[in-house]
Amino acid sequence: MSARYGFVIDLDRCTGCGACMVACAAENNVPPAAPRATPRTGLTPMLVRKVSNGMDGIARREVFIPIACMHCGNETPCVSVCPQQAVEVDKATGIVMQMPQRCLGCRYCMTACPYHARYFNWWDPAWPTGMEKSLNPAVAVRMRGVVEKCNMCHGRLHSAMEKAAAAGRREIDPADYVPACAEACPTGAITFGNLADDKDPVSHAAHSPDAFRLLAKLDTEPKVYFKSQQAWVRGLADRESDRPSEVQNG
Amino acid sequence: MADLVVLDRRFIARGVERSSALRFMFWLVPWVILVGLGIYAAALCLFYGLNQTNMDNRFAFGMWIYLDLGMIALGAGAFFTGFLVYILKQEDLKPILNSAVVVGLICYSGAVAVLMVDVGQPLRAWFTFWHPNTHSMLTEVTFCITCYLFVLILEYLPVLLRNRQLRKVPSFLVFEHQLHKLVPVLAGLGAFLSFFHQGSLGGLYGVLRGRPFAFRQGFAIWPSTFFLFIISAMAVGPSFLILVTATAEAVTGRKLVQSTVFRKLGRISGILLGVYVALKAIDTLVWLNVTSRAVGFAPWDFYAYKPFGSALLFIEILPLGLLPVFLLTLPMTSKRRGWVLCGAALACSGILLNRFVLTVQTLALPTLPFDEYLQYIPSWQEVATFLGVIAYGVILYSLSYRYLPMFGQSKGVDKNVPVG
Repeated sequence: MSARYGFVIDLDRCTGCGACMVACAAENNVPPAAPRATPRTGLTPMLVRKVSNGMDGIARREVFIPIACMHCGNETPCVSVCPQQAVEVDKATGIVMQMPQRCLGCRYCMTACPYHARYFNWWDPAWPTGMEKSLNPAVAVRMRGVVEKCNMCHGRLHSAMEKAAAAGRREIDPADYVPACAEACPTGAITFGNLADDKDPVSHAAHSPDAFRLLAKLDTEPKVYFKSQQAWVRGLADRESDRPSEVQNG
Repeated sequence: MADLVVLDRRFIARGVERSSALRFMFWLVPWVILVGLGIYAAALCLFYGLNQTNMDNRFAFGMWIYLDLGMIALGAGAFFTGFLVYILKQEDLKPILNSAVVVGLICYSGAVAVLMVDVGQPLRAWFTFWHPNTHSMLTEVTFCITCYLFVLILEYLPVLLRNRQLRKVPSFLVFEHQLHKLVPVLAGLGAFLSFFHQGSLGGLYGVLRGRPFAFRQGFAIWPSTFFLFIISAMAVGPSFLILVTATAEAVTGRKLVQSTVFRKLGRISGILLGVYVALKAIDTLVWLNVTSRAVGFAPWDFYAYKPFGSALLFIEILPLGLLPVFLLTLPMTSKRRGWVLCGAALACSGILLNRFVLTVQTLALPTLPFDEYLQYIPSWQEVATFLGVIAYGVILYSLSYRYLPMFGQSKGVDKNVPVG
C-alpha cells in the first residue's frame, strides 16, 4: 500500500460549528482544558479559526478555517528538526507521525511548524471522575511535557488495516478509514482521501481551480487543501502586505 | 566562627591578599539567596510542569532559550582564548586563560542546567544520544555542548587542583601534572567542538523554513546563520572576558592582568566583530532581497510590528556593531581602558540583541496570513531561574578567584595593588 492521504476542506460549507474539534478530542483522548489553560496553552489538534476580511458593515465577510497538521510532504519542517526522531513521515501513507513516547518536550518542532499545528502538554492530563470510562482504548493518552498533533486518526487506520488483513486483503477499504473530523462534519465540508489516487474524489477536488493550500510558497507540500469560490478567501493562501484581516480562535 | 576564618585562610594561596572571611561571606549572601530562589523556581517547573512559565504553543521557546544562546556566545572566550594560546601560540594571553576557563564553565554549565528545566521530560535527555536525528541542528548542539562541558571540566580541574590544600594530596598533584600535559589537546578539542555547536546554535533558527523571518539560505547543509554565529561568538568571547575581568578588578580593588592583555583581547574582538558586521550586513541584504521574497513574504512587513521595528536592525549593526569595532581597533581609543571597556560592553550588547531578535522576535511575528502578532512576558519562575544562574556564576567565579590561582601566571599583579 502506498498512499498519500490528505484533506480537502470546503470553506464555503464550513459553518464553524466545531463538531470536528469535539470529534477529534473524543477520538484522540484529548483531556478537558486545565483550569488555568488559555487559548494559547490548550490542546486543539483541530482548531477552527474565524477570519474576516477586515471590513466593516455590509462589506464584512467572514470564514471559518479548520486548522490541523498539514502533513507536509516536502522537507517536512518538524521532521528534520526533532533531535531524537520522535517525528517521522510514514512513507506508506504520507502521514506525519508524532511519537509522544520518544518526545523530549524540547518544542523545537513547534517553533518549526509554520501552521502552529503542534501542541505541548503543559498540564498532566486529567478527566472528571467517570469520564475516563469514555476514553478510546485504541489511542494512548499523552503525558505532561510532550508534544502532540493530528495524526489523521492513526488508530482508525490500524483498525482498517486489521480488518483488511482479517479478510485476506492487502489494501484497506477506503470506507473503513475516515478520520473523526471528516466523519463528524455535518455539512460535509471536510473530505478525506488518497491524493495519490486519481480516481479518488478528494484528489479531484484538490486539483479544482477553487482549491488552494496555506503558505504553499514555503514549498513544504502540505496535504491539506482548502476550497472556496470567494476570491478573498483564496487570497488567504499567502501573506500579503496590504490585506487587512482579523482573526478569532474558534 | 573563628574556626571558619582559619579554615578559609588555609585554602587561600600563599602570598596573595584576599578580603576577610566575614566580608567575603557578606558578599556571597545575596547571591546565595538568588540561587536559592532560582532552585525553588526551577523545582516548581520540574514538579508542576512548564505551565509555571508564560511560554505557550506559539511562543514555544522563551526567555530560557534566549539566555542559553546568549550565555553560550559570551562563554566562547574559553575556547577561543585556549585556541589563541595553545594553537596560535599567543603566550601573552596566558594570564587570562584560567579566568576564561572559569567563565566558559559557568556559561556552559548554567546553560545546560537551564535546558534541563526547559524541556518537558528532562529524564528523557539521553534519548537524543540513543536515537539521534543526524539532520537536526539540535542533535549537533546537544552532542557538542555535552562533550564541551566535559572538556571545560577537564580544563578547570588543573586550576582547581592547584589550590593550596588540594596540592597536598600527592595523587592530586600527579593527576594535575598529567592533566596539564593534556591541556593543549583539550584546547584543540574544545575549539573543534565549539566551532560546531556555536554554528549549530545559529543554524537552529536559520534552518526554519516555516519561520521566514529567521530562515536563511546557506552553503551545503548550513544556513548563513551557522557561520555568523561562529564568528560573532569568537568576536564577543574576548570582549566578555574583558568585561568580567574589569568587573573583578573593580570589585576586588586589585589589578589582575596587565593592560596589554586587555588591549590585545580588545583588538582581536574588534577585528572579528568588523568581519561579523560586514557579513551580517551582506546576509541581511540577501535576506531582504532574495530569501524572504522567494517564500512569499515582504520582508519589511516584519519590521512593521511594534515595539520591534526596523530600529532594532540598525541598532544591532551600527551603534552595537560598527561603533565597538572602531572603539576596539582604532589606535586612539584602543589604548584607553575606558574606551576599550565601552567597546567591549557595546559588542556584548550587540550580540545579545542579535540572539534576542533571532529567538524572541522570530516567534512573536506572524506566519499564517491570518495570524496575529504575539506578546510574551516571562513568568517570575522563568526570571528567577535566570537570576539563579547568574548568581551561580558570580559565586563560582568568586570562589575560584578567592581560592584558586586564577591570575597567578601574571607576575606583578594580583598581590595587593589597588587600582589607581
